[in-house]
Amino acid sequence: MRWGNVAIIGAALAAGGLAAAGPASAQNEQFIPGLVYRTGAYAPNGIPWANGVADYYNLVNERDGGINGVKIAYEECDTAYATDRGVECYERLKGKGSTGAPFVNPLSTGITFALTEKAPIDKIPVISMGYGRSESRDGSVFTWNFPLLGTYWSAADIIMQHIAKQEGGWDKLKGKKIVLVYHDSPYGKEPIALLTKRAEMHGFEFTPLPVTHPGVEQKATWLQIRQSRPNYVLLWGWGVMNSTSIKEAAAVGFPREKMYGVWWSGAEPDVRPAEDGAKGYNAVMLQHGAGQFAVHNDIKKFVYDKGKGATKWDEVGEVLYNRGMINAMLGVEAIRTAQKKFGNKPMTGEQTRWGLEHLALSAEDIKRLGFDGMIRPIKVTCSDHEGSRAGRIQQWDGKQWKVVSDWYEADDKVLKPMVEAAAKKYAEEKKITPRDCSKES
Amino acid sequence: MLYREAGQFKTSYDADQAIFPILQDRIFVLALIAIAFLAPPALGMSEYLYTEILIPFLIFSLAAVGLNILVGYCGQVSLGTGGFMAVGAYAAYNLWLRVPAVNDLVIVFLFGGLMAAGVGILFGLPSLRIKGFYLAVATLAAQFFLDWVFARVKWLTNYTPSGSVAVGNLSAFGIDIDTPVARYVLILAIVAVLTLVAKNLVRGHIGRSWMAIRDMDIAAEIIGFRPLRTKLLAFAVSSFYVGIAGAMYGFLRLGAWEPLAFDINRSFAILFMVIIGGLGSILGSFLGAAFIVLTPIILNQLPGWLGISMSTALISHLEFVIFGAMIVFFLIVEPHGLARLWAIAKEKLRLWPFPH
Repeated sequence: MRWGNVAIIGAALAAGGLAAAGPASAQNEQFIPGLVYRTGAYAPNGIPWANGVADYYNLVNERDGGINGVKIAYEECDTAYATDRGVECYERLKGKGSTGAPFVNPLSTGITFALTEKAPIDKIPVISMGYGRSESRDGSVFTWNFPLLGTYWSAADIIMQHIAKQEGGWDKLKGKKIVLVYHDSPYGKEPIALLTKRAEMHGFEFTPLPVTHPGVEQKATWLQIRQSRPNYVLLWGWGVMNSTSIKEAAAVGFPREKMYGVWWSGAEPDVRPAEDGAKGYNAVMLQHGAGQFAVHNDIKKFVYDKGKGATKWDEVGEVLYNRGMINAMLGVEAIRTAQKKFGNKPMTGEQTRWGLEHLALSAEDIKRLGFDGMIRPIKVTCSDHEGSRAGRIQQWDGKQWKVVSDWYEADDKVLKPMVEAAAKKYAEEKKITPRDCSKES
Repeated sequence: MLYREAGQFKTSYDADQAIFPILQDRIFVLALIAIAFLAPPALGMSEYLYTEILIPFLIFSLAAVGLNILVGYCGQVSLGTGGFMAVGAYAAYNLWLRVPAVNDLVIVFLFGGLMAAGVGILFGLPSLRIKGFYLAVATLAAQFFLDWVFARVKWLTNYTPSGSVAVGNLSAFGIDIDTPVARYVLILAIVAVLTLVAKNLVRGHIGRSWMAIRDMDIAAEIIGFRPLRTKLLAFAVSSFYVGIAGAMYGFLRLGAWEPLAFDINRSFAILFMVIIGGLGSILGSFLGAAFIVLTPIILNQLPGWLGISMSTALISHLEFVIFGAMIVFFLIVEPHGLARLWAIAKEKLRLWPFPH
């Protein structure tokens, strides 16, 4: 009975605690939720990204006193990259603050898919910078999704353009073998549609090879690669899967120079564990790479020198850290854009959505923000929620990432019909009437 | 409990064999169901409480009831629960998608459950020859096979490029199921009805035949139970429940899902619910589900409620440590599960305040 009572009292306390949840917050604060993963199989990649986001919000508060005077109240919730925990975090955080969440960054394609269904009901835009559904860039159907800076179809197209250039033209790809080693989840499957299409167009042989979550067991996959001797291997991995792939490639003697990773397979935690085996490995860049730029000086001055940094100074400027920072910056600028229309106060999800759809950063704006050299100008419109489709290729030289190519622009002649077809199918399935973008202001 | 059954005389076999022979128990359970239906909508609780606490709790309770029928009552260990949930979810999705005339969720869920039952029978066949751990391994094969099917057979996911499927615009009995309250009430109704059915199944002759097989299958066979029929029936009923739970999880909890939502970890979690809640107990399934679903969420938010500021990573790590320790604690204190704790508490309370 004693233990029974302990359990009963515990349950009662827990229920009481749940009912009392939800503290109030200051009126003039912009609440922003953070779905991050600092634990779980993907933590090595999740942590630097989360640090970049946290540091940038901190910077805005410390340097500018918030967004036009509206301080940011940032709260993290750990999803461990699991969809159900991600949804739980979202539900927990979406109503906080005076306005609720202005937007949400899920940092997981699985969670993005789940939140895509909730966004129109909750009126909270989903920013999936460099991930998520590729067709969600069609804002007429996906009103609430913003896959800013690049989708997986753009990434795959840029890699294929680079490979074609290496080979000396698209026609040289005929008869070549290209293998995609992918994380067996919506994330990994995204590029298959584009690569299949490109294979049809140019006559190369395309083979997708899945790797089961979390991706530490790839011997069979690489044995297949050793036997079939493809010309190129594309890598669509995340977390520990990336370094395992590179190590396996070294073990079977597949040249790393012929390996191209997506931008989620092109950070320091992916190549460092493979040590010398990673030398020569390539990855497409989500515009930015590693390194420190003007904004990092401010981060040092206003955040790290005050002892408020989220990590060690050595890690500031890593690829994923920078990506977190850019992600936070685009969110902040969307709120700023929305404030121009709705006034300098905390923005709701609906207002921020307007801001996101009218987000336009020119080269001067990017320079003013200190992101010069990291990203190119971006202009989001109703029909294009991606805003920019550019990328470069970087190569790991054993010590650091080096940019080895010029800018590429994903070929919209190929992408746009695919996006429109996929978005149309989604709209039909979900019985959505697409907006008429010519009438949107 | 605080009351005694003194003075309640049974004058018929029916009265003696009722689910709740004691009047107070009947009142208590009826009141509980009434509160479950009426109180949350009336109190206007926050959306979070519905979507993240009550709905997952009810859905996993149903899955645990299903698995408990198989493991707790019939003694057939299964690690394929996640796979059967996936069958339910994808079968329901395909019916919903491809037959627009049938858009009533109850029919859709029933179809999901029936398909899962069919698949369950198929994977239950090896149970006729193998037992115990070996059967667990065979059902593990079911889990991996089903995972593979839903990741590879593109037709089942309607050729979506990413293999993730989504549902929307749902309705049941002509009522739109679009708010958390509506979803909650629908789930609660389904769970309540199915639990009642399960409770009646396990105390009738079918349940007794399952328990006979569980306790000693050779003896059961000798006294006239056909193992083939009994075991396969347990697999079918169990998978039916699990399949409906899977369909509800996909449709009403996630809205968009991928095969990863029903991976091997899901199977383990539901097996743990059954073990911690109590093998061979319907109540235990609910207690186990509450424990496994709610404890991590509560632990994760506890520092926030107490006003302790901790890093996100530390909170998550502590959550794992404390949750693991609690599982070990409960298994040591009462290996028969939370349901047994409840039974002991009831017995002691009967004598309270004057124990022998």
